[in-house]
Amino acid sequence: MPPAVDNSCYVQFKNVKKSYDQRTLVVVDFTLDIAKGEFVTLLGPSGSGKTTCLMMLAGFEDVSSGEILVEGQPITHIAPYHRNIGMVFQHYALFPHMTVEENLAYPLKVRKLPDTEVKRRVADSLDLVELSNFGKRYPGHLSGGQRQRVALARSLIFEPSIVLMDEPLGALDKNLREQMQFEIKRLHEQLGFTAIYVTHDQTEALTMSDRIAVFDQGVVQQCASPDQLYERPSNAFVADFIGENNHLAGTVLQRNNDYTELQLSDGSRVKALTGDCPEAGAACVLAVRPENLFIASDKVALDNRINATFITQLYVGDFIRYFFQLEDKSEIMIKQLNDHQAPKLSAGAVTSLTWSVNDGLALNLSTT
Amino acid sequence: MPAHLSIKEIADSQAQLRRKKLVLFAFTLPLLLFVMLAFVAPIATMLYRSVYHPTVAQLIPQTLKQMQGWETQSNTLPDNDSLVTFALELKSLAAERRSGKLAEEINRVFPGASSLIKSTARKLKRLDEQEIISSQGTILLDSHKKWHNPALWRAIASAGEVWTSRYYLTALDLQLSPEGDIESRDTRIYLKLYWKSLRIALLITLLTAVLAFPLSYFLANASSAKANTLLVFVLLPFWTSLLVRTTSWIALLQTNGVVNSTLKVLGIIDQPLELLYTEFATVISMTHILLPFMVLPLYSVMKNIDPSYFRAALSLGAKPLPAFAKIYFPMTLPGLSAGALLVFIISIGYYITPALVGGTDGQMISNIIAFHMQSSNNWELAAALGSLLLVLILALYWLYDRMVGVNNIKLG
Repeated sequence: MPPAVDNSCYVQFKNVKKSYDQRTLVVVDFTLDIAKGEFVTLLGPSGSGKTTCLMMLAGFEDVSSGEILVEGQPITHIAPYHRNIGMVFQHYALFPHMTVEENLAYPLKVRKLPDTEVKRRVADSLDLVELSNFGKRYPGHLSGGQRQRVALARSLIFEPSIVLMDEPLGALDKNLREQMQFEIKRLHEQLGFTAIYVTHDQTEALTMSDRIAVFDQGVVQQCASPDQLYERPSNAFVADFIGENNHLAGTVLQRNNDYTELQLSDGSRVKALTGDCPEAGAACVLAVRPENLFIASDKVALDNRINATFITQLYVGDFIRYFFQLEDKSEIMIKQLNDHQAPKLSAGAVTSLTWSVNDGLALNLSTT
Repeated sequence: MPAHLSIKEIADSQAQLRRKKLVLFAFTLPLLLFVMLAFVAPIATMLYRSVYHPTVAQLIPQTLKQMQGWETQSNTLPDNDSLVTFALELKSLAAERRSGKLAEEINRVFPGASSLIKSTARKLKRLDEQEIISSQGTILLDSHKKWHNPALWRAIASAGEVWTSRYYLTALDLQLSPEGDIESRDTRIYLKLYWKSLRIALLITLLTAVLAFPLSYFLANASSAKANTLLVFVLLPFWTSLLVRTTSWIALLQTNGVVNSTLKVLGIIDQPLELLYTEFATVISMTHILLPFMVLPLYSVMKNIDPSYFRAALSLGAKPLPAFAKIYFPMTLPGLSAGALLVFIISIGYYITPALVGGTDGQMISNIIAFHMQSSNNWELAAALGSLLLVLILALYWLYDRMVGVNNIKLG
């Protein structure tokens, strides 16, 4: 009798550690519960240990310490070919000497399914990824996006309950990538598998995932839903890694559970939400997103206000970036929609910037 | 503006293209000349020599001219004029000390003719020209009863042909019957040797493949520092002289060599095994010598196989062995076939190793070619044998292209 399984703990990483040379840890104490049918992304800079976690779940890397459970059962000692986990590789890993159909039929043939069943499922699978006319082609004769779709179809055709994707869109150009993100989401919703997705592209992670685990140096810095991650990053690394952020150095004056008062290095006093910032009197950092900062005017006046000197602007298209210098020479950037309200400033103009209390976050200086 | 180029613009751009091509061609010119002189010309000469053989025609031109009227099938002797002309020409050859050459040439077609021609030449040398003419050929016929044999005269006529297929027939163990039909010879030497060379080459190819495959797999999956060190050991034989390597096999395999004395000490054998100067010696030492030609292309192909293919197969549910056979192995085929082609083609024409360790048993076709070049002085036959070897290799290459496809080859 297997232990009763709670659907919120379909896949569990329990204090997983990984070291290749028995000295330095690539993955440091990784713990994560993944619910059935959830789309979880492991996000982080390269070398942060996210792919290693995926490979340990797939069975291609040993676990140095800790446990990985699927449906409550430890899988560490199950061979990769018995785990029944679908996998999409970064460079697709489509077998070049087999046609698309043969590639798709391969996992069914090794499972010794009858020929008629194999044929039917290959046809269904090609329909699913809208490649019905490409079955007889070799992977070498497909475009990048088509290969990606075949790789996806192949990882799904044997109906695994878990599908792992290792930077599957890394080799595609921007437009195709967005199209494929949509495609993967569609298949995920249609088929209801549990997806674990690895990427270093934060936009991809934000648009696709139910939850994102942000990795850095083998440690999960924060695991939360995209909006939480963006709006309430738990530390300075996440604040900086997800989206853009201005970091202003300061000192904590007073702190309670919700709000913190701090003095910035230019002397001005501001109020912000309490993040992981230290006790009163310690140095901290204030994170404010560029789109939440405004140039103060008669119409726009929010709780916090500091003086700044305009340096230059960057015209991006749908918005404009303005660069300012504070009185202590630190730089700050704001992002404003390119509409008729976009101000015209000349170099050296002194103005003041304003933002709401709820848009600033007081955080600890560094994360170690 | 028109959307196409004007005639002048087209001409200009074509001229520019031509100039570029010409410059590129000029760069390859030294190599091209070298290849023409050092490779194409000798092969052409060899092919030419295997069918063009003017020696006899130059030695006895008048006789051959006279004999043109003679019915070769008729089982009669040539007419008296021909006999007289031959006797005169033989006499003058004897005076110039060139009758030996003629004897050697005729002997190839008609075994036993050498001593006959030499002794007759000695006799004729002492006679007066007038005497020979007035005798109406009887002097010649009386000198030896063999001169009464029409087959001998047919042999002379056939040796006198400037363009001949004789050497190719010999190389294929065939000959022309007196009736002019192609028939097989009693003794078969060359076909047997071709077949043996083919068999040995295939065996060596198979052995190198079996030995090189696991080694290359190991190298391709080892860390680069380790792989580089081990590759030096693979390449080491390349840097050692071929003679040294072959000689070391002699030291290993000889009657009181390392292998035999080790086996004796271990008590496995009482009498030393006959290892050296056998086909076994040829095969084992050539396998050793040609191994790098298999390892290098295999290694370079395996090195470039993304490990995720194998992982993908595993994740799709295939067990390691079937995944290896169906996914990994087919991907190594370009390297394997490149290596096989290299080893096979090099080994089928190999000379030095079989010559040194092969004895009589382990000789290959190249050794008999060398024999005809150096010892029997029959360059025409050597050329015919060499040309047939070339044809054989080209035919096998064609077959290979049909079956595997040359474009699949990857040399690294």
